Amino acid sequence: MKAKGHVFKYKDNVDTDVIIPARYLNSSDPKELATHCMEDIDKDFVKKVNEGDIIVAEKNFGCGSSREHAPIAIKAAGVSCVIAETFARIFYRNAINIGLPIIECKEAAHGIEAGDEVEIDFDSGMIYNRTKGTRFQGQAFPEFMQKIISSGGLINYINS
Amino acid sequence: MGMTMTQKILAAHAGQKSVKAGDLIEADLDLVLGNDITSPVAIKEIDKMKKEGVFDKDKIALVMDHFIPNKDIKSAEHCKCVRDFAMKHDITNYFDVGQMGIEHALIPEKGLAVAGDVIIGADSHTCTYGALGAFSTGVGSTDMAAGMATGKAWFKVPSAIKFNITGKFNKWVSGKDLILHIIGMIGVDGALYKSMEFTGDGIINLSMDDRFTIANMAIEAGGKNGIFPIDDATIVYMNEHSDRKYTIYEADDDAVYDEEYTIDLGSLKSTVSFPHLPENTKTIDEVGDVRVDQAVIGSCTNGRISDLREAAAILKGRKVAKNLRCIVIPATQEIYLQAVREGIVETFIEAGAVVSTPTCGPCLGGYMGILAAGERCVATTNRNFVGRMGHVDSEVYLASPAVAAASAVTGKISSPADL
Repeated sequence: MKAKGHVFKYKDNVDTDVIIPARYLNSSDPKELATHCMEDIDKDFVKKVNEGDIIVAEKNFGCGSSREHAPIAIKAAGVSCVIAETFARIFYRNAINIGLPIIECKEAAHGIEAGDEVEIDFDSGMIYNRTKGTRFQGQAFPEFMQKIISSGGLINYINS
Repeated sequence: MGMTMTQKILAAHAGQKSVKAGDLIEADLDLVLGNDITSPVAIKEIDKMKKEGVFDKDKIALVMDHFIPNKDIKSAEHCKCVRDFAMKHDITNYFDVGQMGIEHALIPEKGLAVAGDVIIGADSHTCTYGALGAFSTGVGSTDMAAGMATGKAWFKVPSAIKFNITGKFNKWVSGKDLILHIIGMIGVDGALYKSMEFTGDGIINLSMDDRFTIANMAIEAGGKNGIFPIDDATIVYMNEHSDRKYTIYEADDDAVYDEEYTIDLGSLKSTVSFPHLPENTKTIDEVGDVRVDQAVIGSCTNGRISDLREAAAILKGRKVAKNLRCIVIPATQEIYLQAVREGIVETFIEAGAVVSTPTCGPCLGGYMGILAAGERCVATTNRNFVGRMGHVDSEVYLASPAVAAASAVTGKISSPADL
């Protein structure tokens, strides 16, 4: 499994309220949620994001509310992976459960800038910054996690 | 190696003699909780599952509290989806308009959480029930769905930070000030993935409402759970509210902690978190001149009867400042009724505040007190992120009920001692 795309870069403590503001939580439709993804931290995100793009952030990404709508919005917006120095724990669980790939890697979080083209090999956990010609060793995805992601989430994985 | 209180509860629910930090376990659940925002997503997932039905209709609680009474058509559709699910599966603990309350005030009040339980809830403030000596933690909707279907959840056993509490609060200082102080000290990710275990001879000086407030905000330090030892106050509370059997777990003397802090309650001052993170704390004497347009007194953090009593003691015989909106939200119907009986509601209305039916509404910027660009609110809620209560250019200042009420009178963030 691989992912490739351009990077949207954020700093510490990106909370789930800015990922998907509560005023849109009267919907649980992934497509509708995606149209407001990152709206309160980066209002141009939705206009600029392309299928396969990657979010890179620093510490405690996804802190705050347990809303699963946050990783759902990111995934439905076309993002192929989120890399951060650390993730808030509920977001971490939720992302895996809905099949959004995430990688904790401090070096990558600091060695990648907005707009860089990045390629990720989930089998090896290797993160390549194609723009800068650098690479970072992230954690390889265990097989079960790859299966959850390829099945489209935990429930589909349990069913299969 | 000794176990922490949290580790002992998790070991017992996983059918193991012992566990250690980092172990992956599967635990039996005593309660699975969801609300009107998170449950529809969980129901969509559970409908996809091949397994039919729920694990135990008595061990699921569905509380309509975020956007109800329904604020718009989409919210009404969400509630209808949950209501239909609750009827179909004959869910015992389904709480709708008229019976509902803000979930984390309601669940203990209804006796659905007791010491020794393992509880998951699709709401981050599920960690509140640690006040009763339970392990409870927030999860997402998919985990809630799997929990409702199987009665089990997997956990990575957390390590812990120990907070040794001594002394006694000074007047107008409360549990909110203690937890804001702690978050200011360790940061919003200071307890990431960890338990926050409270202990020490000062615990006896914390009311149950104080403990609920403190455990409630463990998540704002990144914590997996916050937990208190069981004492006489806990037992009195459980006996009053529940007929369920409880189990008392105590941390081993040789339990290992990542960090330990000692906090003297007597050294604390009223504390305020400035925008846009709960860790941006200042004591009341450092606040300076911060004008506010709105004061909100309520939420799962501070909407309990003692919070309302404290605010009412300050607002009695006084008026809310001109051009300031003061919104008071009792957290449950029972608290609301108690406040009516005690004359507290009358005090609020005479002061010029409004009193709302229980709802999470303004705390998360849902409805019932949304801020315009440039506006500021002092709130007894739990988060002050960008746009949390409305426009991205609005600001939320987190404080105790005493400070919120005093600020409602003066129109700027104030100490009750200065009135």
